[in-house]
Amino acid sequence: MLTKDKLLEFYRGMVTIRAFEEEVRKMHNAGLAPGLVHLYSGQEAVGVGACAALNSDDYIASHHRGHGHCIAKGSELDRLFAEIIGRRSGYGMGRGGSMHIYDPATFNLGTNGIVGGSVPLATGAALSAKLRGTGQVAVSFFGDGVLNQGILFESLNMAALWSLPVVFVCENNGYGEFTEIDDVTAGRPYAKRGEAFDIPSEKADGMDVLAVHEAVSKAVTRARNGDGPSFLIFDTYRYSGHHVGDKQEYKDDEERELWLSRDPIPKLADMLVAGKKIKQAELDELDAKIKVTVIAAANQAKKMPEPDADDLARHIYAA
Amino acid sequence: MPPDSQQTDRNLTLKDAVLEAMFEEMESDQNVILIGEDVGAAGGVFKQTEGLFETFGADRVIDTPISESAIFGLAVGAAMAGSRPIVEVMFGDFLTLVMDQLVNQAAKVHYMSAGGFNVPLVLRTGIGVGGNLGPQHSQSLHGWLAHIPGLKVVMPSSASDAKGLFKAAVRDNNPVIFMEDRMTYNLKEQVPEGEHIIPLGSAEVKREGADVSIYAVARSVHTALAAAEHLQVKNVSAEVVDLRTLAPLDVETIVASVQKTGRALVLDGGYQSFGITGEIAATIGELAFDYLDAPVMRLAAPDVPVPFSPALEAMTVPSAEQVVAKVTGMYGGLD
Repeated sequence: MLTKDKLLEFYRGMVTIRAFEEEVRKMHNAGLAPGLVHLYSGQEAVGVGACAALNSDDYIASHHRGHGHCIAKGSELDRLFAEIIGRRSGYGMGRGGSMHIYDPATFNLGTNGIVGGSVPLATGAALSAKLRGTGQVAVSFFGDGVLNQGILFESLNMAALWSLPVVFVCENNGYGEFTEIDDVTAGRPYAKRGEAFDIPSEKADGMDVLAVHEAVSKAVTRARNGDGPSFLIFDTYRYSGHHVGDKQEYKDDEERELWLSRDPIPKLADMLVAGKKIKQAELDELDAKIKVTVIAAANQAKKMPEPDADDLARHIYAA
Repeated sequence: MPPDSQQTDRNLTLKDAVLEAMFEEMESDQNVILIGEDVGAAGGVFKQTEGLFETFGADRVIDTPISESAIFGLAVGAAMAGSRPIVEVMFGDFLTLVMDQLVNQAAKVHYMSAGGFNVPLVLRTGIGVGGNLGPQHSQSLHGWLAHIPGLKVVMPSSASDAKGLFKAAVRDNNPVIFMEDRMTYNLKEQVPEGEHIIPLGSAEVKREGADVSIYAVARSVHTALAAAEHLQVKNVSAEVVDLRTLAPLDVETIVASVQKTGRALVLDGGYQSFGITGEIAATIGELAFDYLDAPVMRLAAPDVPVPFSPALEAMTVPSAEQVVAKVTGMYGGLD
């Protein structure tokens, strides 16, 4: 049974990500965050539920829609904003941007601009942890598009073969870029992709933070006990389409409304209020506080200087 | 035990010199691991990892499936987490399978994380023409790799250099590509025992000369040295500069040599088009134009796939005779 504090931690995490992404949307629309920006709004339950099952020194590796994972793993909001708007105080001095955010302090091996590119990074970190006997676990977050990338299968094979402490988390939001995943993917259910390697595999509700947390916790325990990898698929939805500016003409209203009705934030709020763990008014107050914190972080980032010419060729090689 | 370590005769092949370097580095640093196809129990397809598995065990000498892309990707992740992997990619041609993890991940992580993560690993691979292995097992793609900021590219020509450069590569905190021409694997020479480090980015003048500088790496260094002997007969004194690493490139040594000789030929077993011969020729043109007595010349592999047929294969390797002809051409022809 999860404590009230833990449930509130989930709530706070999801609301923070939602508010953060709203600010990013504004920044993009204002021209402050140019380039490609992929919002995590709608998928919060996956990142928050999964990261809450991890120790602070467990690894994660994320993907192009990765702001939520960075927040859930504990990165600082102002430095995240700073990276997304290309400021020097960002995690990569503004030279990576939204799709390339790395944070060693939170053991985050990075968001990633290559579909499937981060899967072997998490698997390799798990290999290193196992060889060094650190007890760390790694979580590989990837989207449904990766279900059709060869490197996933190569990584699954080695993870299973060597019983590596890694949890493969597929966030199936239904679309790879602008194409429905079901239109381009053979083999149902998709969890069979993990089963093919004798990896314990299951699908769970990615719009329910408790379901995600439970599934990932089980997988993390298995990994930490030396019992090897797990393959989890969470069905979820991206409210903002592929990137900010995507008109989403390929989606109909009915579909959108169906998924909105399953939004993980009100779902958890209703449960908390119905279970008399907290009053709605208190949640409203919490929402307002979070929004203030997020906006303050955004404003802090906007005040930060841009990188200068000396930063252009810094860190090409390590000393 | 490392190969020949009990012998007082320290003549080692290049292959065994690298093996000795691996033994020493794995001995001194628990975080160094070796990962690749056939590197463990089999001892390597060319016996280039023989004995490591027995000494360091399956945890540190890891046999993998034939999955180049993920093998290398796992090594990148392991390096980010604190291991120091040596990844063996059996043939340089298979680098094509590794390119995303190499170019998009390994080469950029240190930069994108503003120094937060290092990727200390060595990708070791055999390259070059010989043995009639055909178009997909004979390429020399080092120019591709040297093109990418964030990668270091090392190409030894001799056993002693190979040991010193390999040890430096393992201790380097960056992704280092260590490319050995398979045709140099069995070249023998005296190799220093124990600690012997050659800093990456240091070229070496292998033969002093006064009239023309010949620049080369790996196997081509031996072609250049053979050509220099022929040229001596024609009273041309050739200096042979072994670049040893393409990235970092020792521009200072390159320029100093041509300032002395006034003539330069850049020789390479890789393709000429957009390859390293053009890069070095341009560098000389930019930095030493006033010292030149003739245009900088190039001699590289012809722009064709390396053919299988023994009747054709050798035509894709620049020869000492071709080097001599190029150099004498700079003088308008010599007897």
